[in-house]
Amino acid sequence: MIKISEQPLHVQEAIDQVSHSEAGAVDVFIGTVRNRTKDKSVVRLEFEAYEAMALKEMQKIATLIKEKWPVLAIAIHHRIGVLDIGEIPVVIAVSSPHRRDAFEACKFAIDTLKETVPIWKKEIFEDGEVWVAAHP
Amino acid sequence: MKLNIVLFGIAKDIAGTSRIDMEVEEKATIANFKTKLINRFPEMEKLASLAFAVDTEYVNDDYVLRENEEVVIIPPVSGG
Repeated sequence: MIKISEQPLHVQEAIDQVSHSEAGAVDVFIGTVRNRTKDKSVVRLEFEAYEAMALKEMQKIATLIKEKWPVLAIAIHHRIGVLDIGEIPVVIAVSSPHRRDAFEACKFAIDTLKETVPIWKKEIFEDGEVWVAAHP
Repeated sequence: MKLNIVLFGIAKDIAGTSRIDMEVEEKATIANFKTKLINRFPEMEKLASLAFAVDTEYVNDDYVLRENEEVVIIPPVSGG
């Protein structure tokens, strides 16, 4: 239930993948493309991935979560390519018997993804472009 | 010995290409390679971080490189 795709992501697909008869909660994180960074208007985002490694690192996050929390299933989907304002670069869904574990695991998943998974985001402005977080 | 270097994100923009060859000494480590890389592309030193991967796994500074190994340059990641 780990996926990198150039096609639009579907939130329901991630939810369906973690559906479980023992689940009392499904927590979903949806990342969306924001129209501003600081005071600059963003036109679009471009994502690229070192795909083979990114999939492995995403799988490691799912494995680690299953060691840390009693979750039932995890889906992590990331989109690459060109995304317009409002589109969805990432969807994470976690199911667990009780809501607290799903909330905590889902937050851990997106926080860790942003630190370890080799995916890069370029913000395109009307007057230029910048690789996000590249410089201190 | 020759290494096959693969670059992504801003590292690719700095090098102007996604693949380059680089020469390092026998038994060079990632730390040795990093010094050579920054000598060739000084802009890489200004990045918030610079990591390396071999065979789809992160490697540390003391990793010993082999002839023709593929080294992937991982500039600061920004997924999500």
